[in-house]
Amino acid sequence: MKLINLIVKVWRQENETSSGSFQTLKSGPISTDMSFLEMLDVLNEKLAKVGKEPIAFDHDCREGICGMCGAVVNGHAHGPENETTLCQLHMRHFNDGDTLVIEPFRARAFKVVKDLVVDRSALDSIIAEGGYVSVNTGGAPDGNAVPIPQDTAEQALDASACIGCGACVAACPNASAMLFVGAKVSQYALLPQGQPESARRALDMVRKMDESGFGNCGNERECEAACPKGISIRNIARLNREFIKAAIISYEK
Amino acid sequence: MKLDAKIPEGPLTEKWDRHRFNSKLVNPANKRKYDIIVVGTGLAGASAAASLAELGYNVKSFCIQDSPRRAHSIAAQGGINAAKNYQNDGDSIFRLFYDTIKGGDFRAREANVYRLAQISNNIIDQCVAQGVPFAREYGGQLANRSFGGAQVSRTFYARGQTGQQLLLGAYGALMRQVKEGKVTLYPRREMMELVVIDGSAKGIVTRNLLNGQLETYAAHAVVLATGGYGNVYFLSTNAMASNVTATWRAHKQGACFANPCFVQIHPTCIPVHGDYQSKLTLMSESLRNDGRVWVPHNADDKRDPSQIPEAERDYYLEKKYPSFGNLVPRDVASRNAKEQCDAGKGVGETGLAVYLDFAEAIQRDGESVISQKYGNLFQMYEKITGQDPMHVPMKIYPAVHYTMGGLWVDYNLMTTVPGLFALGEANFSDHGANRLGASALMQGLADGYFVIPATIAGYLAETDMDRPDTDSPEFKEAEQKTEAKITRLLSINGKRTIDDFHRELGLLMWDSCGMARNEQGLQDALKKLPGIKEEFWNNVLVPGTGEQLNQSLERAGRVADFIEFSELMVLDALDRKESCGCHLREESQTEENEALRDDKNYSYVSVWDYGGENKKPTLHKENLVFENVQLSQRSYK
Ligand SMILES: Cc1cc2nc3c(=O)[nH]c(=O)nc-3n(C[C@H](O)[C@H](O)[C@H](O)COP(=O)(O)OP(=O)(O)OC[C@H]3O[C@@H](n4cnc5c(N)ncnc54)[C@H](O)[C@@H]3O)c2cc1C
Ligand code: FES
Repeated sequence: MKLINLIVKVWRQENETSSGSFQTLKSGPISTDMSFLEMLDVLNEKLAKVGKEPIAFDHDCREGICGMCGAVVNGHAHGPENETTLCQLHMRHFNDGDTLVIEPFRARAFKVVKDLVVDRSALDSIIAEGGYVSVNTGGAPDGNAVPIPQDTAEQALDASACIGCGACVAACPNASAMLFVGAKVSQYALLPQGQPESARRALDMVRKMDESGFGNCGNERECEAACPKGISIRNIARLNREFIKAAIISYEK
Repeated sequence: MKLDAKIPEGPLTEKWDRHRFNSKLVNPANKRKYDIIVVGTGLAGASAAASLAELGYNVKSFCIQDSPRRAHSIAAQGGINAAKNYQNDGDSIFRLFYDTIKGGDFRAREANVYRLAQISNNIIDQCVAQGVPFAREYGGQLANRSFGGAQVSRTFYARGQTGQQLLLGAYGALMRQVKEGKVTLYPRREMMELVVIDGSAKGIVTRNLLNGQLETYAAHAVVLATGGYGNVYFLSTNAMASNVTATWRAHKQGACFANPCFVQIHPTCIPVHGDYQSKLTLMSESLRNDGRVWVPHNADDKRDPSQIPEAERDYYLEKKYPSFGNLVPRDVASRNAKEQCDAGKGVGETGLAVYLDFAEAIQRDGESVISQKYGNLFQMYEKITGQDPMHVPMKIYPAVHYTMGGLWVDYNLMTTVPGLFALGEANFSDHGANRLGASALMQGLADGYFVIPATIAGYLAETDMDRPDTDSPEFKEAEQKTEAKITRLLSINGKRTIDDFHRELGLLMWDSCGMARNEQGLQDALKKLPGIKEEFWNNVLVPGTGEQLNQSLERAGRVADFIEFSELMVLDALDRKESCGCHLREESQTEENEALRDDKNYSYVSVWDYGGENKKPTLHKENLVFENVQLSQRSYK
């Protein structure tokens, strides 16, 4: 175990309406075995002990799967490591004396709630428009009734591995949610169960995305680079195909 | 109080059918006149909320996280069981039932477990229909893997992220009902109180975590699907927000708590590496198929593992359990690891770890075979520890993983408070004293998709259709109580941080009420707990205010409840003088130091009734009757 000292410049913002600013803190000795969030825990314990308010940040599983954590560290959503959520980023990737600039995920559709906590409910509203197969509980046919080629199932899983963290939106210069929407639309476009609604799904989810204040995809590929789950922009291409197909041949508007 | 489990009459295989036939129904037109609160959006809560809304009920769905999709269930890795017998390897509903009862060390209710096994097959069908991308064979059929405690291959999976895929399916179903207007979502809400009017559950008080507002919600029935309480121990594999608050506060309103001391400890977790550590990460048990567990022969041997010659290594599991070796069940593996560390033979910087060594397997099968089998796990391990198990033996240590105890429920999943239901890990029902791998996901979804939609009707059909009103004095009182507690927490302004208390509590519980327990240790803990509680309420430091997002305040409330609840766990552990399931009661061992169950005296569910502030709770016993299985003792020698 090694100890390093860092300068931490972290975004502090009281609430949605107040204006925020960076606060500079000295980390004190940090074990390189700590995760990034544990480093924040240590800072927070110190702040609490001197009667200051700890830094608010979202987190839950701390295993890289719930999608709750996330912040922009030195310009990278979820920090500099590839395919790694903030909670799985470890301090051994930093050096003694480094400065860390930590900001919330910023996007027009995500409001800052406090410090590093943002409101990502717009992503839920997009899912509500069609991110599912419309089947009620009960009466499903046997699980093996419809064979699904292994490859197809694997590709669908690649897409549905999305954890909905919003890093793609934060990384995109246009704050677009195309990777998020593309991943969901792809999952169902690939599977037989998703076919009956595929036209409506693509149209509705994209419409909701636009309404919610997300921008357009400008092919910058920043989303893919930031995605902690390695979701490929091929999913955006598939979304575009589904969308065009739907817009041209579908009766649904 | 008389406990009535309401187990239906008739042969085991027909009970569920008969029960559904005999239960009252709510006619379709009337369903929209009933409001149901569902707290929790994990597998149990999301599936329940979606299915109840599909039926026409008005559902209010609550969760702590910013989105229902983030519930702790998302982290489940390995898979979900079902008795499909797709492999033609002799599986059947009865076998899944039997394995679950036996795995639970004969401390679960036969009728519930049989129903679970019956429903297991519908779950897979339902999830496939939702577009859950389960692993498939080349021919397009669903793939299976085998899991501990079973000799058949019945576990369905989606890589190492089965919980995520199942939850996203249930979350999709939930969001569809949000769109339909049948579910109203209340994320970032924490349930603080259950409101009971004239003896029945009629609503809840929540704190809006964004602005600190206390809110009240009324309904004809309240469903708790709030997960397990493993975080009592501070360090566990559970998500950070997992808590006992919802079930504990319901307990204080009259819902009896069953088997609180039944906790599962998972043997292969990444060890603790420092005081600042916030949680433990599970490594799949499958690693024990090829890894060999060892510690140095001599205590305090601090040499690098590569410097310790073969002759000075102790492969203690292989030595002690020649026939099962490194594959002994979870509890045996966990207990032995702790024993070695307690004897000073633990490895790593903290001395709280044992080696899991792949050197022999790599030599035998080659790096590429081992990498194919465990590559992703090795990567995950390396990400966290910075060491590559291909070259350095992995270090592992047991960690708290799952809680079998929970609110007592009858066959209808109703607690001892009429109108209050408990589903998923929050109830005690199906796993006895030990849960088999891949059975929690099955139970959560069985409860939510299939059981509660059928059983809640029986209750509602006999309930007044008038909408309960949040203006009633009971709601006001519950709100005031919550407010007073929050004010008090914020005004203490003491010297010790919340985590500091939580850590102290966790350590005490781990040492005294963990995988091995004895009378003395438990008595000591019972003496220490009031002191911790007293100091907490006089010396905790909760920064910030109540009218804002205040994560410290959230944790403080949860830790306060964990402290109170710990006392009940210890009392329960004291009462149960037998070794059973996941825990060893040191006074109850065979001559070979193996766990000894005592069916004559302890074949019951411990059902605790809240006695009031600073009063002893009352123990009721639900005697377990086994008509379809033969009780047997386990042996892994
Ligand atoms: C690392 C790990 C791996 C696992 N792997 C497997 C596996 O492979 N197979 C298997 O079968 N099981 C597995 N399990 C166990 C399984 O994941 C859980 O038992 C199960 O998911 C619990 O589901 P649940 O719906 O009961 O509760 P949870 O998923 O815990 O959901 C609880 C919900 O309640 C809400 N909530 C809690 N308290 C409150 C409150 N006071 N107010 C408002 N809302 C509240 C939360 O926000 C959340 O939405 C694993 C567990 C862990 C920790
Ligand atoms: S806390 Fe769950 S993904 Fe980071």
